[in-house]
Amino acid sequence: MSTILTFAEQRDGKLRRPSLEAVSEARRLADAMGGGRVAAVLVGSGVSGLAGELAAYGADAVHVFDDPGLAAYATEPYARAVCQVAGALQPWALLVPFSAMGKDLAPRVSARLGAGLASDCVAFAIEGGRLVARRPMYAGKAYAQVRWPEGLQVASLRPNVFALGSRDGGRQAEVVAGSVDVASRARATGLKASAAGKIELTEAQVIVSGGRGLKGPEHFHLVEELAAALGAAVGASRAVVDAGWVDHHLQVGQTGKTVSPSLYVACGISGAIQHLAGMSSSKFIVAINKDADAPIFKVANYGILGDVFEVLPHLTEAARAHQASRT
Amino acid sequence: MKIVVCVKQVPDTETRVRIAPEGNAIVEGDVNWIVSPYDEFAIEEALKIKEARGGEVVLVGLGPERVQTALRTGLAMGADSAVHLKDPLFERLDPLGTARALAAAIQKLAPFDLVLTGQQGVGGDHSQVPGLLAELLDLPQVTVAVKLEVQDGRALVEREVEGAQETWETSLPAVISAQKGLNTPRYASLKGIMAAKKKVIQASDAASLGLSAEALRPRTEVASLELPPARPAVHMIDGDPAAQARELVRLLHEEAKVI
Repeated sequence: MSTILTFAEQRDGKLRRPSLEAVSEARRLADAMGGGRVAAVLVGSGVSGLAGELAAYGADAVHVFDDPGLAAYATEPYARAVCQVAGALQPWALLVPFSAMGKDLAPRVSARLGAGLASDCVAFAIEGGRLVARRPMYAGKAYAQVRWPEGLQVASLRPNVFALGSRDGGRQAEVVAGSVDVASRARATGLKASAAGKIELTEAQVIVSGGRGLKGPEHFHLVEELAAALGAAVGASRAVVDAGWVDHHLQVGQTGKTVSPSLYVACGISGAIQHLAGMSSSKFIVAINKDADAPIFKVANYGILGDVFEVLPHLTEAARAHQASRT
Repeated sequence: MKIVVCVKQVPDTETRVRIAPEGNAIVEGDVNWIVSPYDEFAIEEALKIKEARGGEVVLVGLGPERVQTALRTGLAMGADSAVHLKDPLFERLDPLGTARALAAAIQKLAPFDLVLTGQQGVGGDHSQVPGLLAELLDLPQVTVAVKLEVQDGRALVEREVEGAQETWETSLPAVISAQKGLNTPRYASLKGIMAAKKKVIQASDAASLGLSAEALRPRTEVASLELPPARPAVHMIDGDPAAQARELVRLLHEEAKVI
């Protein structure tokens, strides 16, 4: 029977949410095709116990490569593992999260299998028994319908977009142990955590971003305090990153991160086209700006015409009060 | 050291996208073409390594005649020479086809020590070519580099992952892709611009690279392109800042249900 294969990313012995989103979507696509198997490739050390969680979200089989030499992600052996399973199962589609790991892995696998890869997909349809993918281009200024004229269809899935399926702890998957040469010419040697406990922008449900309206790095704490009150990740416009107020990894927009949170709060951001490109697929957008003509209001659901220095402290207080009332 | 840098020419990030009548491409007429910003980081890094260790920097760019401008920009920054891959067969390549053409051209430049690329080409946003190239060239890869230190026969790299930075070590030659934060690209000096006019851009077509239409046939294709869906009209919240803040929180909780 035809199979959809997924790559299940884990880090530190935990399945990452984008992996579960990929398995959930594979299950939906298999069901929409009128049945078919969903298989997952799970690579790491001491990870066999995670197979049940993949089963709960719809995997029928989990191919586990459990080896101390695979504890840290390395492109070459992980690609070998995925290609080995793809060779054995001959799946019609392979879904990989468009996470840091998946972004590194999927092209390597695609080249080795000679298969087309559509990156950063946000939706799939099935036409004539084949996938058709929807993916942003120009950082979201346009959306492409992508087809694969032939062969295995490899796609990477934007995190935070595909819904988790309903979890069924009673589901069982066949667990198949595999082994692979763990040699790699490039290897991780260590981890330098950035400021601890920060939420990754591309996976955040809520983002609070600051722009030039804050007038200087000494005022950026207003954004950080609102983010903390909302349990949100902190973002920034290119202008303030280029001015050196905050680190580049916070930048949202065409030369930064493209994000799709449930809620995006833009504080003192006018909305340059390259910024709008990176965030306008957010579900709800709030704009706080003192310029009524700022382009950010054109994409916002809710707008506050006002000074960030006056509005943000009140908003932080109101958000704290709201969170307090819910606990 | 011989360093190869892949250079893509892309629409300026301020470009307002319009869809061409055929429906699967953008209108290119009034587009301002630039070197993909991530490729500028790659060029800058190559020049810094050359300045520290000696050697040469060769640019490889693929696309129509206009790509010459992007290559000249890199030459004016200080690269030594460039290869321009230009052929009707290269006109609508998918990422794998692009990588096959680049890999064939890079192989002809062997022996080399390092291949640098941007971590993604702005516009297509595929983030594929570095990994595709590494596999096709049978080289190790380290992607999304924010710090690079080249030593004898190896490189130490810091790369960005979710919420953290990893340190990696790779043997050379390798493919390394550049992320914002790696460096600050220099502007070409007037002297550099003048010198670039005398530098050689070697043209290369599919036949000279031993590539057939069959080898380059697309595995993915853009069937259609559309503008993003319109967003609903904005609901402006009135009142003094305290009232605006309370009302916004209420709406986000009760109407949008996102907090």
